[in-house]
Amino acid sequence: MRDSMDALETTRRELLLAGTLMLAGAAAPVMIRRAGATPAAMKAEIAKLVGEAKITQGKVKLDIPPLVENGNTVPCTVSVDSPMTPADHAKAIHVFNEKNPQPNVISCYFGPRAGRATVATRLRLADTQNVVAIAELSDGSFWSASVEVIITLGACLEDNLI
Amino acid sequence: MTRALINVPAKAKRGQIIAIKTLISHTMETGFRYTTTGERKPRNIIHTFVATYNGEEIFRAEFYPAMSANPFLTFHTVATESGTIAFHWTGDNGFSATEQAKITVE
Amino acid sequence: MSTPRLAACLVALCACAAGAAEIPLAERRSSYELLKPETKAMQDEDTSNPGMLSVLEGQALWAAKAGAANVACADCHGDATVSMKGVAARHPAFDATRREPVNLEGRISICRSERQEAPALAFESRELLALSAYVARQSRGLPIESKDERLKPFIEKGRALFLERQGQLNLACAQCHEDNWGKSLAGIPMPQAHPTGYPLYRLEWQALGSLQRRLRNCMIGMRAEPYAYGASEYVALETYLVWRARGMPMESPAVRP
Repeated sequence: MRDSMDALETTRRELLLAGTLMLAGAAAPVMIRRAGATPAAMKAEIAKLVGEAKITQGKVKLDIPPLVENGNTVPCTVSVDSPMTPADHAKAIHVFNEKNPQPNVISCYFGPRAGRATVATRLRLADTQNVVAIAELSDGSFWSASVEVIITLGACLEDNLI
Repeated sequence: MTRALINVPAKAKRGQIIAIKTLISHTMETGFRYTTTGERKPRNIIHTFVATYNGEEIFRAEFYPAMSANPFLTFHTVATESGTIAFHWTGDNGFSATEQAKITVE
Repeated sequence: MSTPRLAACLVALCACAAGAAEIPLAERRSSYELLKPETKAMQDEDTSNPGMLSVLEGQALWAAKAGAANVACADCHGDATVSMKGVAARHPAFDATRREPVNLEGRISICRSERQEAPALAFESRELLALSAYVARQSRGLPIESKDERLKPFIEKGRALFLERQGQLNLACAQCHEDNWGKSLAGIPMPQAHPTGYPLYRLEWQALGSLQRRLRNCMIGMRAEPYAYGASEYVALETYLVWRARGMPMESPAVRP
């Protein structure tokens, strides 16, 4: 009920603001951007995860469309090339971003019954940025993949006025 | 009642890797949005998802505000025996939801 | 020629002369075709389509008793998968008592207040959207119908609104959706604007919404004052848009960016 009421009430101020922001939902660079995460914050969060260990590019495939219709729902599939045996398997997948207000997106943990270290989900991306997926393997090694995604209509920092 | 859509194959062969799709209704309020009068809308998200197969945990995920509204998740597991695959979501403000699906493994 | 007939012809002529040429029937395309493959995949599968969550909720509301009369939709209409088949595809429908078209949300609201004797559901409320999503889902795949002769004056009214320039940008709907469909507006392709999938899950709203909400979005984007919720202009526009999309298959609940 709360959300639908928000949709109903539009004051003149909002009409003018919404009108300046976009034309029929088409893209326009948004004037107001609140402070968010930075590439440095993402690096710090990744460092918290891996500690001193080295991260090697590879073994991880990050499937995410390079140009996205709407940053609110970005389909994303992460898969790790791993036999998923008790001796050799992926323990976890972590996804990070550079420019959302927070650097973490999702962390997935696999057990011996996983069969495949592949997850598909939908993300929110606030702006054109790099998305990074890091896989943690059973031998303690870390592997990564990174994709730059172009966002025309961003999430998080836009308020749904209409 | 929280609405959820689950896609688990009804039947599978023993040892087959199956894909499980889950979609649950939740606004996943990030905590970074503001109302029309300038107040911050507080964070309200699902933060944990756990799947069990006949009681044993097979998959776990932690969600952050960067997850889309109405969180969608596809993951895999090996079909080992017939039984119940259960899904449990927990979130802010005491949010809790559970769904189940039956599977026949031959 | 009788006077009403003549008047109707004149109105039709004026409408044609005033505005753009209509899209030939064979060239009409649903905006589904403009979607990226991932978004199409989101719509195509029921367990992946967030709009289906509202359909589930509508299914529960359908069976729930409500109002002073303590009846559920199911008590009169039975199994919706049978009784509601094709209903959304022929709304807005002419209401003989009111002598004007009533759209799907309107019909649900009328039933709610007259038959269930329950308080009206607010426009864009979760419950109203859930019920209309559930009913509309039963028409999925069926062709949109607009055959009722009594709707003609309202189709004309809707057409006039579609062709009328409005707002600070002095734009008419037709200028984008009839003259320039398929071309890019700030990197986004412009659809022909056929209401084949309503109510739909819009990624921008992160929620399900009605055609009325989408029309309001457009008007605000054009810097025009949107009509009040429930205004007859929306119903007239919807009646015209549905006529314009006649024969095209329903996709509800659709997913759009």
